[in-house]
Amino acid sequence: MSPSNAPERYYNYAYLDEQTKRMIRRSILKALAIPGYQVPFGSREMPVPYGWGTGGIQLTAAIVGPDDVYKCIDQGADDTTNAVSIRRFFAKVADVKTTEDTGEATIIQTRHRVPEKPLTSNQVLIYQVPQPEPLRGLEPRETETRAMHAYEEYGLQYVSLYESVSRYGRIANTASYPVMVEERYLMSPSPIPKFDNPKLNDSDAIMLFGAGREKRIYALPPHTSVRSLDFEDYPFEVQTWEQSCALCGSENSYLDEVILDDAGQKMFVCSDSHHCAERRQAGHAGPMAGHALDQTKEPAQ
Amino acid sequence: MAYVSVKGGEKAITNAHRWLEEDRRGDRAVPELTVEQVREQMSLAVDRVMAEGSCYDRGLAALAIKQARGDLPEAVFLLRAYRTTLPRLGASLPIETEDMAVRRRVSAAFKDIPGGQVLGPTFDYTHRLLDFALAADGETPIAPAPEAEQPQEYPMPTIASVFRHEDLLEHEEPTEGADEPFDLTREPMSFPAGRDQRLQALARGDEGFLLSLAYSSQRGWGATHPLCGEIRLGEVAVEFVPEELGFPIEIGEITVTECTMLSGFSGSASRAPQYTRGYGLTFGHCERKAMSVAIVDRALRHREVGEQAEAPVQDEEFVLYHSDNVEASGFVQHLKLPHYVDFQADLQLIRRLRQEHFDRQAALKEAAE
Repeated sequence: MSPSNAPERYYNYAYLDEQTKRMIRRSILKALAIPGYQVPFGSREMPVPYGWGTGGIQLTAAIVGPDDVYKCIDQGADDTTNAVSIRRFFAKVADVKTTEDTGEATIIQTRHRVPEKPLTSNQVLIYQVPQPEPLRGLEPRETETRAMHAYEEYGLQYVSLYESVSRYGRIANTASYPVMVEERYLMSPSPIPKFDNPKLNDSDAIMLFGAGREKRIYALPPHTSVRSLDFEDYPFEVQTWEQSCALCGSENSYLDEVILDDAGQKMFVCSDSHHCAERRQAGHAGPMAGHALDQTKEPAQ
Repeated sequence: MAYVSVKGGEKAITNAHRWLEEDRRGDRAVPELTVEQVREQMSLAVDRVMAEGSCYDRGLAALAIKQARGDLPEAVFLLRAYRTTLPRLGASLPIETEDMAVRRRVSAAFKDIPGGQVLGPTFDYTHRLLDFALAADGETPIAPAPEAEQPQEYPMPTIASVFRHEDLLEHEEPTEGADEPFDLTREPMSFPAGRDQRLQALARGDEGFLLSLAYSSQRGWGATHPLCGEIRLGEVAVEFVPEELGFPIEIGEITVTECTMLSGFSGSASRAPQYTRGYGLTFGHCERKAMSVAIVDRALRHREVGEQAEAPVQDEEFVLYHSDNVEASGFVQHLKLPHYVDFQADLQLIRRLRQEHFDRQAALKEAAE
């Protein structure tokens, strides 16, 4: 493939024009300066549909450079179709080196997961966000929710968690579990499972959140305090599994349930495909090591 | 046979897109459709795509329709994604629809109005009978439409001129020194929305959504009792002031459809009873859309005229946030993307809740025995 960054390219480097990139960078700086606050920005139409990562793509386009190494995951995996499509897009329009290796990447774009491997201070994690407003499910009006954030009026959120406790005997939220940033802004961590919430707290890496359709950017600078909401008598807890990963034997990673046949057979495997592969390479083996799923991965381009 | 996990690779995507390409072409025994044919013979589809795509280019809109296999919202998306990459050279002067070279102009308010009723090219009053002659191979001969003996009045006065002497219709004069109009393609939606922001959102909005909202208003859900003051279709000049020249030059001509709806206003302590307006303007010939926009615009002006806002059509957050079909289509269809991480989290919870439910029932049963 000839690099699209060649002289005859149809589009600017990383697709967006420089004015737009500057506008997005200004919004990112503002977002980093006010952790957890949703900064409205002039989100553009992108060549992928709204809801398919346009916010994350615009953030990547605004910060990516030719020396970066780019990783893109969806549901934790590098080989899910939309992740493949977005990775291809940046390989094409930004001539960026791509990788599946979490440790090697400088920019990681993600949908619905935070990698298992702890991130470092030279990495940026970019989240694709469908709905930036944590209160939207409780209050449909933007005019109202903006005022609620301004007045730090989060009683409605606590009432909702309380109702969950009274109905289900626990806080039943499982993903998009609301967090409090620096004890000021209520924030949606995007639809990651609450399993990943603790990884947001005091992270070494910069975390950027982009919602293209809703036209909002928010951010967590390194070492920001991020607390998952809970009650003294109903403390926050993350998902656990009775099983370990069938392929690599990991006992503390987030697992996907894979249906094997129509007779109820299933296996549990790491949702973070690179984490699992790295462990297998290091000699770890689960109860179904060597299963066909072990072999079906295609390498990223 | 093992269930194949939904982790697709590069190859799957490439092959799927090849298949799509094949399907787009259809039966190769049938000659390929040209972009020019779409542009000339599917002209109302082209108009809709230009209007909702916010980009006046008949050739690109026709290309988008061909590429999208006739799926108009998909074509709108293609055109928008292209438009967003274009550099902005400047803004034209506002177009003057009073100076339009009118092809069609009707008013339902008066039997005759200055300039007269001009029916123009319209589906109105056609009998919707399938014309099987069009299905025949080859060119169907058509009789040329006769030309008027007298040239039309120019400029064609607008409906506002009829009311000018009696002050029966609210005035809408351009504000001196007003701010630059709001631009949704550069700024996110904000509330309360000014009329400029609202009319831009409606002009870009999905025709079907706006049609249904306008219809709901007519049926009493936020009624504005509209009367079609005027619809006009025709060509207007686009003027631009290049910095180097300092005076306006004509850079082209565009086709637009404009609609003014009249709604009675019974007056208030400080304002005499008067007619108020709802306004709709679209690129191309999109009459159904222009009328719908005018009704929805008027419904959303409820605050200005002190009407109670109770219906969906009067709720600006509801209307403006949900009218864009590129946003709506993307988000509804993103549900096709894998969600198995969240689903796994949910499954765990449901299984636990079910277990607790059965435990409780068992305990009850035991207690009963």
